[in-house]
Amino acid sequence: MNMQQHRISSGVITLLAIWVCYLSFTERPAEAYLFPRIIAVFFLAFAIWTFGKALLGRSNTGVGLSYDMAVKMAPGLLVSVIYIFWAAKAFGFYTASTLTFFILVSIYDPAPHGKIGSWVKRAVITVGFIAVIYALFAVVLKVYTPRGMFL
Amino acid sequence: MEFLFHFGEVFTLTSMLLLIGGTIGGLILGATPGLSPTMAVALLIPFTFQLEAVHGLILLGAAYTSTVAGGAVSAILLKIPGAPANIATTLDGHTMAKKGQGARALQLSFIASLFGGLFGVFLLIFLTPVLAQWALAFSYSHTFWLAIIGVAVIGSLESSSVVKGLLSGCIGMWLATIGFDDIQGAKRFVFHPALSGGINIIPALIGLFAIPQVISMFAKGRFDTSVEQITVEKHPIGEAFREVFRRFRALGVGTVVGSIIGLIPGVGGQIAGLVAYDQSKKFSPEKAKFGTGHSEGVIAAESANNAMVGPSLVPLLTLSIPGSPTAAVLLGGLIIHGIFPGPKLFDTYPEVIWPFINSMLLGQILMCVFGIYIASFAARVAQVPQSVMAAIVLGLAVYGSFAVQQSMNDVYVMAALGAMMFFLERFGFSAAPLVLGLILGPIAESNFVTGNQISLAQDGPAVYFLTGTLNLTLIAIAVVSIGYSLWSEISARRAAS
Repeated sequence: MNMQQHRISSGVITLLAIWVCYLSFTERPAEAYLFPRIIAVFFLAFAIWTFGKALLGRSNTGVGLSYDMAVKMAPGLLVSVIYIFWAAKAFGFYTASTLTFFILVSIYDPAPHGKIGSWVKRAVITVGFIAVIYALFAVVLKVYTPRGMFL
Repeated sequence: MEFLFHFGEVFTLTSMLLLIGGTIGGLILGATPGLSPTMAVALLIPFTFQLEAVHGLILLGAAYTSTVAGGAVSAILLKIPGAPANIATTLDGHTMAKKGQGARALQLSFIASLFGGLFGVFLLIFLTPVLAQWALAFSYSHTFWLAIIGVAVIGSLESSSVVKGLLSGCIGMWLATIGFDDIQGAKRFVFHPALSGGINIIPALIGLFAIPQVISMFAKGRFDTSVEQITVEKHPIGEAFREVFRRFRALGVGTVVGSIIGLIPGVGGQIAGLVAYDQSKKFSPEKAKFGTGHSEGVIAAESANNAMVGPSLVPLLTLSIPGSPTAAVLLGGLIIHGIFPGPKLFDTYPEVIWPFINSMLLGQILMCVFGIYIASFAARVAQVPQSVMAAIVLGLAVYGSFAVQQSMNDVYVMAALGAMMFFLERFGFSAAPLVLGLILGPIAESNFVTGNQISLAQDGPAVYFLTGTLNLTLIAIAVVSIGYSLWSEISARRAAS
């Protein structure tokens, strides 16, 4: 399982290295690509080496990614992607952050979902965190975050 | 003794508040499993933008010092090392805590950290100017090779395989070339508008260190986080001091081993504690007691961890080669304040660098004092559920990245790099060489391009970059370092089979 995943990942890296190498040697002006060419050659060499070892099954595979892990992290990843790539701009930074924080804590909190006390606790933690973030970034650091429908 | 003239700048109200805040915050962050010193410093960098360079560095230095020491709290009380550097501390520290000696173990750990840390910072004070003076003789080709050594050494030591480490370094150096070329003004590898300004170091650092941790926390699911916390009984502090002095052998071994490891670029604190623990055991007449709650084990491991901190900044400040992954992040912190480490650093920015180093000296004392008194509180914070921790880190990562240039593009880059790093880490790649490639890539490129232009008016690039004693010495260091790591990897694999 790990070896198969490792073959795919090292194959993707090799494709990236080929693309970087191709661009480095074909794009103009050539002078601008002098340093990237050197990097690209070593990048490609190490990528091919890693891919070759993976194909031969002689590679150190790392811990890999199990189906169980993928299922567990999927909701968190999905919520994070929606937050970063859409909700932050659409709803406004602070509103989107509040919703995301509350949803993430609710999804992964081991406390029972059936108890009102757990939900109150999650809501209090969320409000507390957003208040700290607002004080730090909006008040102290004067960071102007995108406003969407709300703040 | 120039450092003595700059002590007054540490005792201003702002500096002291930042030092105390950074120390207490660092101890709590360090005690929190999953928040490594590297990640804590990366998350703090955006908060330093509004500060003067000296104040920003004081905050980062205090956080670096105290996160390393704070990791001992959860290692001793919860048997969860706050950072990989504290793994050795769990061996005897947690056993002591289970025997009702938690307070004693914590006191020994912070006192040993204090002595190790002070020794390390004194090494930093006295070695750095000497090395900087020597580095003044460096030309463009030497600086180019130094940048390559930085990536090669960390690359060959930090990943599960040498080639993967070097590959990570290459990916980092390639990422650093994205955006507009400084000399020709040409667009390079800009395949999305978000990349037209290149990759900013800070969002990249935050993404590469924080986001994989967030995803890892997601991947654990809704598990029960209840961890057995041991009650901390009172223990007289004077007795702990006397015990550390009685165990001077362990303190000495830990301090010396930690300092040497810190000086070696790329090795970092992750192994300092384990090597010191092992050496201390070898030199001890009470070998059999190690692992059963023996105080020498805690003293050796923790003195080594903090002794590593100061020396890890020696190659960073003089040669731009970080001694540890956290030092690599500090390099990013220096660069965003317009301070480029190198041999002239102490001549150009004495009013920034000396107060920064002096604050680390004072920070060691504060770390010990606060560490002993807030250890129990920090251990309670360390029990915060992973769900809350993941959401907090994600929030800080998003706001921190956005704050750099008030641009959503930085947030997108942070998220994309972080997600990529999570998957790379699952397959044995490491973030440290990639980050170093990203930071040292522009330094390597600018010196390469300038050196190349000079060489065209002389004997050509081959002669300029590949001849001369210093060039050959630097190339040899890179080759030997990679060769040694390869040999170690092959030997370990043979021994395992």
